[in-house]
Amino acid sequence: MNLVDKQLVKNKMGMRLIRNKLIKQLFLMATLFAIIILGTLLYRIFTQGIGYLDWEFFLSFASRFPEEAGIKAAIIGSLWLMAITAPISLILGVGTAIFLEEYASKNKWTRFIQMNISNLAGVPSIVFGLLGLTVFVRLLEMGRSIIAGGLTMSLLILPIIVVASQEAIRSVPNDQYEASFAMGATKWQTIRRVVLPAAIPGILTGGILALSRAIGETAPLLMIGALTFIAYLPENIWSGFTVMPIQIFNWTSRPQEEFHYVAAAGIIVLLVMLLIMNSIAVFIRNKFSKRY
Amino acid sequence: MRKTKHFVLSMFILLTLGTLAACGNGDGSSSAEEEQKVEVDGSSTVFPIMEAVAEEFSAENPDVKVPIGVSGTGGGFEKFIAGETDISNASRPIKEEEKKLLEEEGINYTEFKIALDGLSVVVNKENDWVNQLTVEELNKMWSEEKGVKTWADVRDGWPEEEIEFFSPGADSGTFDYFDEVILDGAQIRKDAALSEDDNVLVQGVSGTKNGIGYFGYAYYLENKDSLKVVPIVNSSGEAITPSQETIQSGEYEPLSRPMFIYVKHESLKNDTVYNFTKYALENAGSMSEAVGYVALPDSTYTDALNKLDEITEK
Repeated sequence: MNLVDKQLVKNKMGMRLIRNKLIKQLFLMATLFAIIILGTLLYRIFTQGIGYLDWEFFLSFASRFPEEAGIKAAIIGSLWLMAITAPISLILGVGTAIFLEEYASKNKWTRFIQMNISNLAGVPSIVFGLLGLTVFVRLLEMGRSIIAGGLTMSLLILPIIVVASQEAIRSVPNDQYEASFAMGATKWQTIRRVVLPAAIPGILTGGILALSRAIGETAPLLMIGALTFIAYLPENIWSGFTVMPIQIFNWTSRPQEEFHYVAAAGIIVLLVMLLIMNSIAVFIRNKFSKRY
Repeated sequence: MRKTKHFVLSMFILLTLGTLAACGNGDGSSSAEEEQKVEVDGSSTVFPIMEAVAEEFSAENPDVKVPIGVSGTGGGFEKFIAGETDISNASRPIKEEEKKLLEEEGINYTEFKIALDGLSVVVNKENDWVNQLTVEELNKMWSEEKGVKTWADVRDGWPEEEIEFFSPGADSGTFDYFDEVILDGAQIRKDAALSEDDNVLVQGVSGTKNGIGYFGYAYYLENKDSLKVVPIVNSSGEAITPSQETIQSGEYEPLSRPMFIYVKHESLKNDTVYNFTKYALENAGSMSEAVGYVALPDSTYTDALNKLDEITEK
């Protein structure tokens, strides 16, 4: 008995192989498209900006002379902003995630909250800027300060951190809980000693990626009135500040071409900073996720 | 069990908000008085001039802080009305409704002109037929309802090639000014490519044979090798090319526009703000030329300085 019609297979074989090749080429092109665009971008920025990238660039404030302009105030401003945003958003975000995953009972109410958090992650950043302007700058009278900017940024990335942390907590195997409870541990002990250590790589990866978004964000900060020119460094959280994307945006909008090169140098610095942050995220994930 | 949970949760929220509010009120208001600080915000067009002034001023007075924001002319006035800034930069005169709000808040202020800009109408380098344009022709070209499609529709004898339009975005003061003096309230054509970034307009016009666009004089000056500027016929019938001289003398009109700073009288009582304003008026001429704008005649600055001393009775 002949179960397979060899002739039919033979006839179709050529077409199948061609289709296979075609699909492979298609996906390869999709990948190449992204890589070529990235490559062009990097090439343009590096050829334009590298000439302006020296120690002076890191050590000087903004200036009306392109060759004297530097990014010092913006780098320090971005670091200050991170120093406020990182702890606030991580503490509130992980706290929310733990509550929603471990304590809250699954009912309509929590589902409603859950849905809203996911929706918030998709709200345009300028809306958070408006919120920050009304609540932090005006209502709480914080002014155009680092703390107002940091809190606004925390709100912006909070939903992302909550969702990432929830995913991480949810992926801790159930056996672990049961084992812990069987040993007589309380809920808090279980969360602290078992769940969090297991979930920390996921939480930190999500957190750092969210912070990378915050460091490249301009719109909400322009909205709350972050400054563009400051010739001094922030002293405390009540000082005015500027950040790298705002400074870069300002340089690119200048008529003088030299400023566009200065902007390219600024973009290199920002890219390197993002690269470092993302590498840390990858490093943490690889180092700690070997536990299971 | 559930009750305590809710209680703890609400206490936590209250505490967080409470501390934030307390910090906000305490520190925010006191720090402004001790420090030597001049808060400036407003138009991004005026920004380069004030940045240059602040850079020099900070070099001479290292203790004084002059933070400058770019919220746009409208956004700057909003902060000025809220009492958050000492000086507001503007690329257009203050509007009636903004005046009214300032009055309601009891804020007295004075307007100073600090520089001039000449909106330059530009076409592609290869465009060899446009040698001058009148205000009427500009109006005809740019308004939606006049239905101009090709150069031939603008003036007889020009080629029948479709024109492509490039304009600054509707949020910019440049657009506002063009809208006021050229369009006179008419709807701008909907097929015009709008961009908030003037460099994009420069690239658009220099890369499109039948392109036409307008933007600040500095952007033309920086790109004059790749663009052709169009002389505009002024009210006395002469076609004038925008240049340092024609803009300053007022011959290049109606597309020359002044740029302003608005200073709060209350702030001028503070020596730091007074000194900075004085310094700005003394140096605005040279600084604006340095960043690509055009200085006003010297007498305007002298008058402004006298006015400043009148206000402060010094």
